[in-house]
Amino acid sequence: MSKYLLNKFLYTIDRDPDLVERYRHDPRGTVEWWESERANVILNIPPSERSTWLRFTDAEREALATHDYVTLFELGSHNFLLLTLFIALFERDYDEPLAFQRQFAARLGHWTLPYPDIST
Amino acid sequence: MATVAAVIASTHHPFYYRASTATGEDRPPFADEWAAKIEAFRETLTTSRPDVLVMVGSDHFHQLWLDNMPQFLIGKAPFYDANFYNEEREFGLPRMFVHGREDLSAYLLREGMDAGFDLAFSNELRIDHSITCPLITLRPQADLPIVPIYTNIFAPPLPRPKRFVELGKTIRRLVEAWPSDDRVAIIGTGHLSLELGGPRQFGPHGPDPRFDRKAVEWIASGDIESAVAEVSLESLWLPGNATHGFMDFMLMMGVAGENASANHVDSLDLFHTMEAYFTWYPKEAS
Repeated sequence: MSKYLLNKFLYTIDRDPDLVERYRHDPRGTVEWWESERANVILNIPPSERSTWLRFTDAEREALATHDYVTLFELGSHNFLLLTLFIALFERDYDEPLAFQRQFAARLGHWTLPYPDIST
Repeated sequence: MATVAAVIASTHHPFYYRASTATGEDRPPFADEWAAKIEAFRETLTTSRPDVLVMVGSDHFHQLWLDNMPQFLIGKAPFYDANFYNEEREFGLPRMFVHGREDLSAYLLREGMDAGFDLAFSNELRIDHSITCPLITLRPQADLPIVPIYTNIFAPPLPRPKRFVELGKTIRRLVEAWPSDDRVAIIGTGHLSLELGGPRQFGPHGPDPRFDRKAVEWIASGDIESAVAEVSLESLWLPGNATHGFMDFMLMMGVAGENASANHVDSLDLFHTMEAYFTWYPKEAS
């Protein structure tokens, strides 16, 4: 399991408006491309010096590929990164302000403390 | 020696800018009361006549990443661009641009390290809403140079609460000893009870009003002893999964001083998280 890699996906998609739209419209294709082309790129180093060891587990890949933020929360992805990206993806689909954020909260309503460990 | 003109601590509710600038039907019902409180809060900085602002915040996974995560970092650059695409997107925050004070940055880095803090630094730092929100509320003209100080309150393992207090006390001592005639305002923002990406987020109030009331009392009365006794890295998950930002308030309590009562205290019970504002005027400041 790699919480670091889940977080890296959420972080790198969220900071790029084109990738936000791509992930919204084609989550499975975006995850496949990202894992192949970006997962091992260290952000401050040219791609030629990439890492060699980072990959998702099947559960992580599937959760990302299906926009399944409930499972992503359970897997220990960072709560702030998860929220920020998913607001970018889906807030627009709701008329009422903060309606998506409240639905997100409700879907996690079965969780009591302690929440999943987010340490990387 | 420099004068600490004011010590200011507050929350950094990123919705203030949009709420306060909205008009007509878009203007939320609480906006007028909020703006009035902010205007009174702003006056507490204006009246202190600062020349430079030391600003303590926390990068919300904007520039700082898990492949190289500093615990405490001081910006040392001539300028700082501000606000990121996802803050414009989510909160409508404007791009900003502020000047730095490299001499004060260099002094705090050198003396801070010699005082026992292995501080990271950045020569090219884009600052986020943890620093631009207090600029918008306290100094919207953004005309004063700043020294940004970032603390890690998001990416475990975090420093312990006591370490934040100790850094705050050290910053205060160092600014007071800075060989300069400048008036320095030390401003920091943090979190009260707050949940981000969790079941208790975006409620009609912050997730733990009981914690908030206690926290406001501790901060207002400078009760560092009680805060340190009751708060731990383990306990801060309980009021909300983003409540480790309270340690930035503890840092500012360290700046203000043990048992220092704030001269200005105000709060606003808002959706999602409580707003709170505190200003101390050190005796020597006038």
